[in-house]
Amino acid sequence: MSGLTLENIDKNFGAVVAVRDVNLHLPDGQFICFLGPSGCGKTTLLRLIAGLEKPCRGRILLDEEDITHTPAYKRNFGMVFQSLALFPHMIVGDNVTYSLRVRKTDKSARRQRAQELLDLVKLSGLIDRHISQLSGGQRQRVAMARALAIEPKLFLLDEPLSSLDAKLREDMQLELRMLQQRLSVTTILVTHDQREAMTMSDLVVVMGPDNRVHQMDSPLEIYRNPADTFVADFIGTSNLLDGTSSGSREVTVGGARLEIAKMPDGMTPDTKVTVSVRPEEIHVLPGLEKGDNRLHGSVSFVRDVGSSVEIYLDCNGLQIVSQSTPKERPAVKQGDQATAVLPPAACVVLRS
Amino acid sequence: MIGEKPKGLRAHLTLAYPALMLGIFFIVPFGLMAAVSFFHRQPGGFYIPGFELTNYKNLYTALFGRTLLFSLFIAGLSAAVCVSIGFPFTYFITRMKRRAQVVWLVLLMSVLSLSEVIVGFAWSLLLSRTAGLSNLFVWLGLMERPVAWYPGFAALLFGICYLVFPYTVLVLYPPLSRLDPALPEAAQTLGASPLRTFFTVVVGSLRNAIVAAFVMVFVFTLGAYLLPQILGRPRHWTLSVLITDAAIYQTNMPLAAAMAIFFMSVSLVLVALTMMIGKGKKIRTA
Amino acid sequence: MSKTLRNIFLGLVLFLMSGPLVVVSGVSLNAKKRLFFPPEGVSLRWYVELLTENSWLIPVKNSLTIAFTSSLLALSIALPLAYFLWRYRVFYARALFTLGISPFLLPPVITALGFLSFWVTIGLYGHIFATMISHAIFFVTLPLVTISLGFESIDHEIVEAAETMGANSNTVFRTIIFPMVRPYMISGCAFAFVLSLNEYIVAYMVAGFTVETLPIKIFNSLRYGYTPVMASVTVVFVLLAALIFGLIGRFGDLPKLLGALNPEEK
Repeated sequence: MSGLTLENIDKNFGAVVAVRDVNLHLPDGQFICFLGPSGCGKTTLLRLIAGLEKPCRGRILLDEEDITHTPAYKRNFGMVFQSLALFPHMIVGDNVTYSLRVRKTDKSARRQRAQELLDLVKLSGLIDRHISQLSGGQRQRVAMARALAIEPKLFLLDEPLSSLDAKLREDMQLELRMLQQRLSVTTILVTHDQREAMTMSDLVVVMGPDNRVHQMDSPLEIYRNPADTFVADFIGTSNLLDGTSSGSREVTVGGARLEIAKMPDGMTPDTKVTVSVRPEEIHVLPGLEKGDNRLHGSVSFVRDVGSSVEIYLDCNGLQIVSQSTPKERPAVKQGDQATAVLPPAACVVLRS
Repeated sequence: MIGEKPKGLRAHLTLAYPALMLGIFFIVPFGLMAAVSFFHRQPGGFYIPGFELTNYKNLYTALFGRTLLFSLFIAGLSAAVCVSIGFPFTYFITRMKRRAQVVWLVLLMSVLSLSEVIVGFAWSLLLSRTAGLSNLFVWLGLMERPVAWYPGFAALLFGICYLVFPYTVLVLYPPLSRLDPALPEAAQTLGASPLRTFFTVVVGSLRNAIVAAFVMVFVFTLGAYLLPQILGRPRHWTLSVLITDAAIYQTNMPLAAAMAIFFMSVSLVLVALTMMIGKGKKIRTA
Repeated sequence: MSKTLRNIFLGLVLFLMSGPLVVVSGVSLNAKKRLFFPPEGVSLRWYVELLTENSWLIPVKNSLTIAFTSSLLALSIALPLAYFLWRYRVFYARALFTLGISPFLLPPVITALGFLSFWVTIGLYGHIFATMISHAIFFVTLPLVTISLGFESIDHEIVEAAETMGANSNTVFRTIIFPMVRPYMISGCAFAFVLSLNEYIVAYMVAGFTVETLPIKIFNSLRYGYTPVMASVTVVFVLLAALIFGLIGRFGDLPKLLGALNPEEK
């Protein structure tokens, strides 16, 4: 199997658990994001892959070859650090071709490659500039060019865009994606910004506060079918309603029966579950309409953000948030009685 | 508030006291000594104000020349040894956990508190025939008979390096502890072995700090007065010894002053040269 | 770097650094009056002699007095200077700072000679007062450097925040700057104190024949008549320094005081 495989990886720092029982297979040529809240272990996982940390347990395989004990400087991966770690005493050209210098490439070949790489990241002409004279965005690109100099097997990035301002950040996200597609290099990017992960990647690996991997899937799949309540809550916003299974395709929530399009395998009745429904899937009808998959309540709050309208309903103590476009805005105001419709296909049942 | 120009009496008053103290008790003595170097020496130990270059002419002796060269030589050598050992040592210290760092730092400061005379005494013991390292080696079977390793050049060098080593570490500590740990890691991901990383990235990015440390140790060693007398033979005595000798025992203040001024000028020139070479190493192109 | 190589290197340095200390301690406990190591018979008599003989007590008293006054005096000069340089921007800042660190950077014999000519001219040669002031000037560098480090570590925004809350520059100094700089003042002063205790050449040149400080006494003993009391003095002083810096290390942030940034919980 080609690609990167992580088997049973554990990593502790003394009494602190950083990564717990990770088993992943990352296929070649994809843009992969490690996503999760602070402290979930995503940076540690990246560093384990880079060889900067050794796992306490488990193996790391690249294309079936065991690289667990290979030191970092023999792994031929390119890495961009959060602080960028550009060498302050070298000019741009020397920074970028450092890896070639280590491999004893001759001077003219190095200079040529430096030009190529700088063209690739759109910094042509800066080859003799001092690092201290570069702007934030430029230093970013130098760090990337440096990591890609030897055409590495893996391109690793540790929250590379976190220090950039919003506009620059969005531009860089796009450029990074295009760069990756052009080079077809397997890329792993660590971020805590879920928008970033969802917009840039082919695959997202979601890690949780328990330092485990919760789900690995395409962004859309993760959004539509979160594996558990943590993922449902972390990715986008979601209504998480506690209930009980009451049939082969039915769940009871807050006294109401909800028909479910797809139930998890092996679900027995009377099991405690959590139903996750995205706000944009819920529509609100004025008044108390009877029917399947409806919850009754009153409007507690309406928030008009301009590009969307959020309606907060209080259904017998259960809070439901619905989101709609301005055009399809329901005719309700605060205090009105209303009904929330939860379509069967939009309800994702998760075990509690 | 910070970074403005000083306005008014109060602002300048802050500076007045230190400036006054330094002016009266440092600049004046210094200027006085410079003046004395031109005075005329009266036999019997006094001197009268005047202006003559006799004292400087009297410097042209073989003794002075030889001593000057030796002083510069041993200062340079000690600086080279201390920085070569001190740099990797301080690097290791700064990579340790905080608790371990504190332990080492307290040890260093304790060693630093030892005065030159005590260092000389301790090393004279350590290198003696009856209570020293050679006794240890005999006991371990590495040597047949204990031997006195002092006085001698090596003893002096050891003593000086021991004395100055803590200062070297203290000077290198701030820049090394501020080194971004990601820098050596980046070098590793780019394929550099740990040894190569150390030399090309750690040493490379801290060139200026290394030069500064070298200069500091150099100047510091020039001031060694007691160690050459305790651990070295008369031919190892440095200029500081000569100067004090002239001032106190020969009561020839003008000559001592002239030697001191000359000595200082030479060391200033050397320091300036070293700093220019250090800064002048321009970064090469790709 | 492979761990074992590093540990061997560190172990060697540790051995060489503590070697002299171990030997001196051993000699100080030697029952007989001979330079033997390991000691032949353990005895505390040399420590007792240190504490009872006047010929040792007087130099100890002198050294402690001089160290105490000169370190405080040095602090009093260094603090306003460092403050001025940090607070205001003047074109002669560099020159001022260089002036401040020159006394210590110049070869001590030169500084000592300068002091000698000065005190002789003034007529205070041989007076303990002269030693105190000379030491103060000589050691100004130490608190100056440490306090400057301390000022450097003050985030300007903290001062600005205080100003927006109504503090004038006096209040800011008293409530914000002084407390933040205080640990550096203490360490600089401690530094100067310890070094003054051990300083030889300036003390010798300025008042050596009338005011006998401990280093002068020790050097004389070394030249004219060896006694293991020298070793016990050394041990006491090292323990004193270790205590002072140990306390600073325990209750303060020693790495930060010496210039490290970002005290992370490692």
